[in-house]
Amino acid sequence: MLDISAWFNDLLAGNLIFTPTTLGYYWEGLVMTTQLVFLSLVAGLVLAVPLAIMRSSKHKWISLPIYFYTYIFRGTPLLIQLYIIYYGVVFIDGIQETFFWPILREAFYPALIAFTLNTAAYTTEIFRGAIKATSKGEIEAARAYGMSQSLMMRRIIMPSAFRRALPAYGNEVIFMLHASAIASVVTLMDLTGAARFVYARFYAPFDAFLFVAAIYLCLTFAILYFFRFLEKKLLAHLRPQNT
Amino acid sequence: MLDLQGYGPRLIEGAGVTIQLAVLSLILAIILGLLTATAKMSRNWFLRRTATVYTTVIRGVPDLVLMMLLFFGGQIGVNAISDMLYYNYEIDIYINFNAFAAGVITIGFIFGAYMGETFRGAFMAVDNGQIEAGKAYGMSNALVFRRIRFPQMMRHALPGLSNNWMVLLKTTALVSVIGLTDMVRVAAEASRATHEPFAFLLPVAAVYLLIASVSEWIFVRLQKRYDIGFGGQ
Amino acid sequence: MKKLLTLSVLGLAIAAASSAQARDYDNVRIGVDVPYEPMEYRTADGELTGFDIDLGNALCERMSVTCEWVEQEWDGIIPGLMSRNYDAIISSMTINDERREQVLFSDPYITMPSAWFAPSGLNISEANEETLKGKTIGVQRGTLQDNYVTDNFNSVANISRYSTADDMVLDMEAQRLDIVFLDFPIGQSTLLESEEAEYVVVGERISEPKEYFGDGFGIAFRQRDEALAEKFNKALAELQEDGTYDEIFARYFGEEE
Repeated sequence: MLDISAWFNDLLAGNLIFTPTTLGYYWEGLVMTTQLVFLSLVAGLVLAVPLAIMRSSKHKWISLPIYFYTYIFRGTPLLIQLYIIYYGVVFIDGIQETFFWPILREAFYPALIAFTLNTAAYTTEIFRGAIKATSKGEIEAARAYGMSQSLMMRRIIMPSAFRRALPAYGNEVIFMLHASAIASVVTLMDLTGAARFVYARFYAPFDAFLFVAAIYLCLTFAILYFFRFLEKKLLAHLRPQNT
Repeated sequence: MLDLQGYGPRLIEGAGVTIQLAVLSLILAIILGLLTATAKMSRNWFLRRTATVYTTVIRGVPDLVLMMLLFFGGQIGVNAISDMLYYNYEIDIYINFNAFAAGVITIGFIFGAYMGETFRGAFMAVDNGQIEAGKAYGMSNALVFRRIRFPQMMRHALPGLSNNWMVLLKTTALVSVIGLTDMVRVAAEASRATHEPFAFLLPVAAVYLLIASVSEWIFVRLQKRYDIGFGGQ
Repeated sequence: MKKLLTLSVLGLAIAAASSAQARDYDNVRIGVDVPYEPMEYRTADGELTGFDIDLGNALCERMSVTCEWVEQEWDGIIPGLMSRNYDAIISSMTINDERREQVLFSDPYITMPSAWFAPSGLNISEANEETLKGKTIGVQRGTLQDNYVTDNFNSVANISRYSTADDMVLDMEAQRLDIVFLDFPIGQSTLLESEEAEYVVVGERISEPKEYFGDGFGIAFRQRDEALAEKFNKALAELQEDGTYDEIFARYFGEEE
């Protein structure tokens, strides 16, 4: 027992890399990553619900533009979307004089916009699939009750679509967490940014990146279990009934 | 209309890098995926465990972090081995860990984990009766695999495979961050130099869309081929 | 049986690999991080040029070896040397103790101070904790400027780290950065001579303390390649002797100094 604690002390004492300062960077990185991912997911979700309903519309002129949007954002790398927004906004004439500039000037907001638009595109398609999969019987029953289209959407289709979308949405959340690692490319000090800094300063790739990989792994598992828990609660009626 | 200001040839070269990288890493990923799926279904406890750890860890960590780890760390790992050999045995070996090979290995290694899951599900979906029927005909295990399990497995694996390929294609863009000159890197460099980001980034985005559309078309054809005999269900 | 197989495969691999090793350095590959004008950059048609490039080529000519330039981002430039993607680094690398632990340096071939650059509208005359408070400072990741700024101003200012100097200049022009800290000649050619906006040098050029700013730029080699370093040192001395060095210097920095 004594051996172990002595060994641990040695480990920290002889360690040039994991000092309070660098651990501070990792902590700030964790906060940045969490903020970025959480905010873009929330905003993406808010956007995706109406978009998915429009995407499911029978009218081509409503559904087609949404299809283009999701096709483009799902068909190109997020990195390019980020570059276009980050570098692109700068070259809009006179933007530096508008009141948007203090916001767009920070790397955080262009990144947030890119991430939001990207996750909204994926989420729209997930919801659309779930809406499409609504059973005919449920819709007919609602019609028989004389429900209007919007009431039916609100009361019947969306609640069940949300539940059906849950597993796929859980994957999207994990995907977004992993995709957020590119934020460091536009100078944001997220988790990966912290690891790159530590690597560049100490030439220690294993220490820098293994540590951050472990943090991501923990976050991934946390999300995974959270969604499993949600599924258990919300999809209880779909589970096979065993005693 | 499309003014590439002299960056045209380099962009095309970059597109070549992107496509080669994507195709080669897809091949590697499929091989690794088949191995992983086989290991996961094997009776050997150790193989099953190794495969599970591989797929779980790889799928739990961002591609970019894995890339940096394997790319930067791989170099140092190779150095450690060659230095050890040099100092202990005076063997001076030269291992060229070039950026492109590192990119292929890294992406292939990452997507091997995803492919493993796809193939495992697909193998499980093949009706056992068919395999037994093959054996009853006196087919060898290899023949059963080639004639029965593989083609039927592919039918179930294709949607997942196509999905993984689309993600893999987009993942190749990340190699630009670790220093490989693919088309994204050339485009980013050109937009900085000319101050016209749209002129380069939009065409490159269009190339990605084009590759995605072409591969979608190919996958639909493939699916039709493998669906023969199933009434196109 | 399996062990034997593995061993023989490993043996084969080593045999195959070692045969590719050039022992007497007829062929030297040099790692460089581009662009870093005027030290190393590309002309529009893609040709490598710059002080380091010309000096490197002159050195190779003097040593009668063929040289090949290998581009490598700054982040991975030392690991790339170690793993023999190239045999030397000529890329504005400052000689300092931290790096001496990793690589073997040639004699310094040029000394370059660092300096603060800002848009003329920033209106500060000296960079210190007070004037930099709340400002956003740009540096290139993993450079000595990064270390210096991080250690001295991290608590008062925001630090944005970039992979290339070009990224940084672009964000400076976009007004995302208030001030950058760079090797002086790089700032001079990319910022002071820029047509996009007006920039000024803030305060004195900085080359102290030595802990950060080291002893000038050197060519880096793997620790064990002492013979190669000697060869370069000898050639460098000859170039400085016969005026070739001064000629290259004048090509990029004029007649000053």
